[in-house]
Amino acid sequence: MSTLTKQDTIQGLLASAPANFSSIRLKGKECLDKQGLPALKAEEYKFTPITKKLETSISSFSPALPVSISPEMVNSSVFKGFDGDILVFSNGNYLPELSSKIAGVEVALLSEKESTALGSVAKPEKDAFAALNQATFQDGIFISVPKKAKIEKPILLLSFCQSNEGQVIQPRVWIETGDFAEVTFMDLSVSLDDSAYFVNKVVEIKGGINSQINYYRIQNEGKSAIEVSNIETDIQRDAKFTSVNLSLSGDMVRNNLSLNLLGSNSEGNMYGIYLLNGKTHVDNHTNVDHTIPHAESNELYKGILADQSRGVFNGKIFVRQDAQKTNAFQQNNNILLSEDAIVNTKPQLEIWADDVKCSHGCTVGQLDEEALFYIQSRGIDQLTAKGLLLYAFAGEVLEKIEDESFRDYAIGLIQERLGSKF
Amino acid sequence: MLSIKNLHASVEGTPILRGINLEVKAGEVHAIMGPNGSGKSTLASVLAGREEYEVTEGEVIFQGKELLEMAPEDRAREGVFLAFQYPVEIPGVSSTNFLRTALNQVREYRGQEPLDAVKFLSLMKEKMALVEIDQKLLSRSLNEGFSGGEKKRNEIFQMAMLEPTLSILDETDSGLDIDALKIVSNGVNKLKSDKTATIVVTHYQRLLDYIVPDYVHVLYKGRIVKSGTKELALELEEKGYDWIKEEVDSATV
Repeated sequence: MSTLTKQDTIQGLLASAPANFSSIRLKGKECLDKQGLPALKAEEYKFTPITKKLETSISSFSPALPVSISPEMVNSSVFKGFDGDILVFSNGNYLPELSSKIAGVEVALLSEKESTALGSVAKPEKDAFAALNQATFQDGIFISVPKKAKIEKPILLLSFCQSNEGQVIQPRVWIETGDFAEVTFMDLSVSLDDSAYFVNKVVEIKGGINSQINYYRIQNEGKSAIEVSNIETDIQRDAKFTSVNLSLSGDMVRNNLSLNLLGSNSEGNMYGIYLLNGKTHVDNHTNVDHTIPHAESNELYKGILADQSRGVFNGKIFVRQDAQKTNAFQQNNNILLSEDAIVNTKPQLEIWADDVKCSHGCTVGQLDEEALFYIQSRGIDQLTAKGLLLYAFAGEVLEKIEDESFRDYAIGLIQERLGSKF
Repeated sequence: MLSIKNLHASVEGTPILRGINLEVKAGEVHAIMGPNGSGKSTLASVLAGREEYEVTEGEVIFQGKELLEMAPEDRAREGVFLAFQYPVEIPGVSSTNFLRTALNQVREYRGQEPLDAVKFLSLMKEKMALVEIDQKLLSRSLNEGFSGGEKKRNEIFQMAMLEPTLSILDETDSGLDIDALKIVSNGVNKLKSDKTATIVVTHYQRLLDYIVPDYVHVLYKGRIVKSGTKELALELEEKGYDWIKEEVDSATV
């Protein structure tokens, strides 16, 4: 058992947990006690020794207090071309005074919405960090999109993070959309400096019948940031959920992204790019649960790894016995740019139904030398040639982003990283 | 313009070129012919700078500069163009973006202003007409899903855009039907001038009916074993390569 679960380390978090959501917190604590934070050889975390990382990097296992954020900081952190509403967070705490009032959407502090069924989507039994968050989060945000509402402009969740003493930031987000509602969320975090901190984030999304939800996220935090996120979505029949996740920076990042298809003709899409350098470690664990017939899931993750970076992809697809006529597709492709970069990729399909269409595949390779020579032979320098090829590799994922300004922003970040504009 | 002296090259330790000597002057068209495996494509690749070939001896001077010391992109910027035998399909890279990046890097190297989008497009239109290439092809990913003929035509189109001083066509004719061959050759001929030179690497004489060479060289076992005029190509067409092989092999015994 890890030292973190011996309670003295996380005692600070437990001691400072607010009194509200008492039964929900208790459930979280019980689940945490039962599981303990993942030990070094824990199957689900075997390539990502997050507990060890926390023990060595996080000095103060107590909640990071909000730091002061100015409207100028908000303005300068919003990407060019963004046209939408902004919800601002400081160390996980929602700041209503700096946030937009969104027409047609109910936004509140979670502490004002104590009847919210926290933990009913992102279940604390499934992951120790989800349990830790549930037991000890400070406050969070409640977002409700009413039935039939089409929210034309995207909603940006803009999180500022700074912890001078290596503290813990635990955002808690609850999103529910009524039947036939349509909404796009963008999730960006900004590190205010390069100091270490630990983000343990939980986002729960409940999509109503025939609702359409996009969740776009960019992880481009400081080089010392440690992050575990549990983002879990339930969608009902005829609904569609699309996640696009771009990971660029951080120390050690673990994303647990889970999607439960609870109604027929629902569609879930999970797309991602991890473009890593230095010693950044990014682990994407995805989980799709097909519980009913006639649903579809598509998954495409692409990794580009330079220097001593490390990528992990684990894609679980469950197709339950009742889930006949399921279409489930999964693909993970990786390009290693250095001898020291590592990727571990594992598709994991469990299919109990007998009339389904499922496919999966993963590749790990290098840049195509012949293609590189071809491009160079037309007068393009090697760096740009590599950039062109890598950008093309990532392009298949980028084109899944429907919002043009967000797509351009993502493209700009990728081109900047690849060191070339074209 | 181009002076190749005693060029030796090998792949993974196996010698392929064993002492090539060739002088190409501005305004000339040279055809390099020879049986399979004689080193024709290797010569083209070495000139363009393909990495897997190791030059073990000799030198290549292009317009007064040591060509072999340059990176592939610098050779292109200096004015060398290789039309690939097997053009590479590059999914996700648009032909237009690719060419614009290439052209502007070449122009920058030559001290010219970059072309803006409008000028670039009008240049593209002009050159497209030259090789009768369809705009639709160029809005797709580079060479992706192109037929063999379309790929070869795209090579000549790129050549037209980059305006090289020395063009090396590596088996550009292979696999083309007569109509496509005419279009490709026509494009090449229109691009010729007294300031440029062309090296045509081919297995078949047929291409030389359309791109008429000033000199024909026969490559065998990594050396130029015979040089002549276009009549030599016709003779090869009629008699095959065996008589040359015999001549060379008996002489070396």
